[in-house]
Amino acid sequence: MLSAEGLRHAFGEGRGQVVALDGVSFDLTSGQTLAIFGPNGAGKTTLLKVLAGLIHPQVGWVHVTGGRRAIGWIGHQSHLYEHLTVRENLLFWAALYGVPAARRGPRAAEVLGRLGMARRADQPVWSLSRGLAQRAAIAKALIHDPSVLLLDEPFTGLDLAAAAELRALLGELRVGGAAGGGRVLVLATHNVDEGVELATDVAFQRRGRFVHFAPRGGRGPAEIAEAYRRAVVDG
Amino acid sequence: MGELLVQAWTVARKDLVLEFRTRTALISAVVFTALVLTVFNFGRDPTAVPTIDLAPTILWVTFTFAAMLALNRAFQLELENQALEGLLVSPLSRTSLYWGKLIANLVFVAVVEGVGLPLFVLFFDVPVGRVLVPLIGVIALATLGFVAVGTLFSALVIRTRFAELLLVVILLPFLVPPLIGAVQVTARLLGGRPLSEAVGYLKLLAAYDIVFVSLASFLFRFTVDE
Repeated sequence: MLSAEGLRHAFGEGRGQVVALDGVSFDLTSGQTLAIFGPNGAGKTTLLKVLAGLIHPQVGWVHVTGGRRAIGWIGHQSHLYEHLTVRENLLFWAALYGVPAARRGPRAAEVLGRLGMARRADQPVWSLSRGLAQRAAIAKALIHDPSVLLLDEPFTGLDLAAAAELRALLGELRVGGAAGGGRVLVLATHNVDEGVELATDVAFQRRGRFVHFAPRGGRGPAEIAEAYRRAVVDG
Repeated sequence: MGELLVQAWTVARKDLVLEFRTRTALISAVVFTALVLTVFNFGRDPTAVPTIDLAPTILWVTFTFAAMLALNRAFQLELENQALEGLLVSPLSRTSLYWGKLIANLVFVAVVEGVGLPLFVLFFDVPVGRVLVPLIGVIALATLGFVAVGTLFSALVIRTRFAELLLVVILLPFLVPPLIGAVQVTARLLGGRPLSEAVGYLKLLAAYDIVFVSLASFLFRFTVDE
């Protein structure tokens, strides 16, 4: 469903060159959630941008079953237009993702209902709190029922309650999806405490490389944090 | 092609809804047009140079700078919450995005010109009645060319510092050919000369439109992709 092979990408040239991706490969199938942990500047956002098709890697390739239409993106920026209502935003993005005109309204209502945003549908985005705006951003990412969700530091700026709520929501989203067999989630964050419980697979990224990539298994947040310390902080 | 145009219209409609809802840039451009025409009206000596000789230049200088205001806002809209990133992740083709912005900018500039032209007639008392239809045709022809180039350049500069200043600096040299053509054709129309005298300039305007709409449609992807 989502494959990456031998990804390499660098910014700049010569001595100032920064290698953002260096030999990153993985395969994910429906129901899998890959949590990528790494310090700032490790190349996590570059990886997500490559997976989303925003950056063409200098070496390697990415395959997403269903192409761009299959991808949903949730970042710390909502991609929403402040002076449109939540519903207008969703209808706009639904049109761009090729949702048939007759399906857009019902689909928007369905997604907003699921996220507890039905009452806010006709509010302009500028009037929403940070937490509600994040929910609206998730609604936008789900409007075309993507089978792959890319999440770039989605917890940034959220208070503890809103972050816990988002974690619960992402757990639900993992088992939904167009194919019915579950979505692929790729979550990038610099905070090991965030998202560990969601992950089926864990990667630690450092200077563009996956220095650790394995199924989470039964490991809890404390064990993951310890493995991260050994591989990234001390390594 | 159909899908491309449908998506372009989706982008254009969104931009126009946003613009007419906030009206910030539109009101600024209309007020700017009125102010420039007012300044030109009072800042010239009608006994030194006949109005009819100055009027075409004044009209086109005004329209050019008013259009700059429109072009500046085209991609500013997309910086809000990094919406441009969302557009680039989506299946929207880069050509559709460019055409969508082009259509929205053309409508925006047309509204500004629609307000500016009557003010121009009022302030400078030029006889446009007999030549109104060809004059509107020339305005449309010239506007398409410089909005096509301006839309491309506004995408190019949007992630830079001083984007508004940079746009003016890199765009103005490219506007010289359509500006010369537009002024020359307008002068002949307002002077009551036959349109056949301006065929060369009309061809220049048409060729500029064809070349730069095609070129900008092709080059646009290189301005927005990382």
